Amino acid sequence: MTLSPIFDAPVSVLRRALDEKEISSIELTGLFLDRIEALDPGLNAFITVDRERTLAEARAADERIARNETKPLTGIPLAYKDVFCTEGMLTTCASKMLSNFVSPYDAHVVSLLKQAGAVNLGKTNMDECAMGSSSETSYYGPVNNPWEPGHVAGGSSGGSAAAVAARLAPIATGSDTGGSVRQPAAFCGITGIKPTYGLVSRYGMIAYASSLDQGGAFGASAEDCALLLSAMTGFDPRDSTSLDRPTENYAAAIEAPVSDAARPLAGLTIGIPKEFFPDEMGSEIRAAVEEALAQYRALGASLRDIDLPNARLAIPVCYVIAMAEASSNLSRFDGVRYGHRAAEYADLVDMYCKSRSEGFGAEVQRRILAGTFVLSHGYYDAYYLQAQKLRRLIAGDFQRAFAGCDLIAGPTSPVTAWVLGSMSDDPVQMYLADIYTTPVNLAGLPGLSHPCGFDAAGLPIGLQLIGNYFSEARLLTATHRFQQATDWHLRRPPVSAPAA
Amino acid sequence: MSLSNEQVVHLARLARLSIPEDVNVTRKQLDSIFVLVSQMQTVDTTDVEPMSHPQELAARMREDVVTETPCLAAFQAIAPQAEAGLYLVPKVIE
Repeated sequence: MTLSPIFDAPVSVLRRALDEKEISSIELTGLFLDRIEALDPGLNAFITVDRERTLAEARAADERIARNETKPLTGIPLAYKDVFCTEGMLTTCASKMLSNFVSPYDAHVVSLLKQAGAVNLGKTNMDECAMGSSSETSYYGPVNNPWEPGHVAGGSSGGSAAAVAARLAPIATGSDTGGSVRQPAAFCGITGIKPTYGLVSRYGMIAYASSLDQGGAFGASAEDCALLLSAMTGFDPRDSTSLDRPTENYAAAIEAPVSDAARPLAGLTIGIPKEFFPDEMGSEIRAAVEEALAQYRALGASLRDIDLPNARLAIPVCYVIAMAEASSNLSRFDGVRYGHRAAEYADLVDMYCKSRSEGFGAEVQRRILAGTFVLSHGYYDAYYLQAQKLRRLIAGDFQRAFAGCDLIAGPTSPVTAWVLGSMSDDPVQMYLADIYTTPVNLAGLPGLSHPCGFDAAGLPIGLQLIGNYFSEARLLTATHRFQQATDWHLRRPPVSAPAA
Repeated sequence: MSLSNEQVVHLARLARLSIPEDVNVTRKQLDSIFVLVSQMQTVDTTDVEPMSHPQELAARMREDVVTETPCLAAFQAIAPQAEAGLYLVPKVIE
């Protein structure tokens, strides 16, 4: 199937086409639904698609457009990671535990996007309970990388990233606990942003590790991410960690005029942590990232070396904290109020144990066990408390670094998308791939990944930019300027329908 | 550090999970996680304040007023077993 311009169009172009009545939301949404039907069998990016429901939302959007009650995303189709609760629609978190869960309410993000008139194309596949870096642990089977089926799409938001890369959806939501937006964005060759912790409400976003989880946005470009993120953020009293501050219009911010068009990033200092460029780093990733940094310099940015001495500990620290919080958060799945309940059991405790062990896959159970251990009497200080202390050191490194730079840059991942199943035997090996993304969640900082090249096998490579708290506009602007001068974000995978 | 099979069984009990079919396999996987985690012990954190959260937020207070409408029926519609407004579980008191 060749790509028609409509699938490839930035959201701003779709907006104009809708506003000028060149196409209706019903027609546009129908085209995307047809494309999902044709191509998703080869990708497995979606768990749930409900055509009638989606078209009803598109029809309502068309009525709004006819009444001139249009917001930036009115009538624009988008996909939700299946971690976001959608009222009256299956919300599984890619787990057997929730394979029968029709949510009775909308996540705050879903409410905001509904109010904005965005059209829900469906719910995307992911690692079970967002625990993974490859979208292979899903109860619904693994997601394939659109660039090379048979390779992972990254995770945990792999379905959203694959859907946007293959243009099954113009934009999509994700969530990021240790890199789950940025790493699949890198693996699928698209742009993904995780904002400052607290900007996007976690209400109705099924919890994995509450002090790390943050909703984020996927798009082909920074421009599309800016539009989606602007509509997702905002104070929500139902999330006790939601930040009460004015929302920003990132889409407007990235279009701010520049004084020197040839050097639009003049005055921007990008810090390069030597810890993110170890000797054993793959030469293709190093070359692609260094070439992107040279491009940033050509656009006027200055580069300087910085140190993040404690970042090397981010993986154990992030996993200890995440597993501890997960063991607590996932205790809610007890087979009593919702979700899977075992068919046969001897008594209440047996019902809990069987329901949970039948409902959760191996990786989720492993993390619950490890989390239970680090919180248990006699081990709490050595593991959980020590991790919290190291978390402060890691966050402190960033604040020292930001005294001398505006953004920090490096590779998003030390590897490109691996072959499906090749890391499944050794979960720890997979955790190690999160080395550059986990420090950002521990500090609660915003981070973004954008495409910057390909390896010899044709798999995408991502550059990660990290900003200080509330610097989303700066991250998106720098990326936008980079994308105006380069074409990595315009490359598309040769997606074809699987043989019947 | 390494766990014993007894510890793995105890953890499963605490976490309300069934005892793994092959405790040895689970123990080895958990051990490899704790080998990774043991790197944390190499840093002296004596005077470091633990950081429980990325934003230093005070608990937000609000008036004690009703903010939600009753939605018992909607919530119980998705329960594995509910009756007369109650969630049904196996008998716990003889």
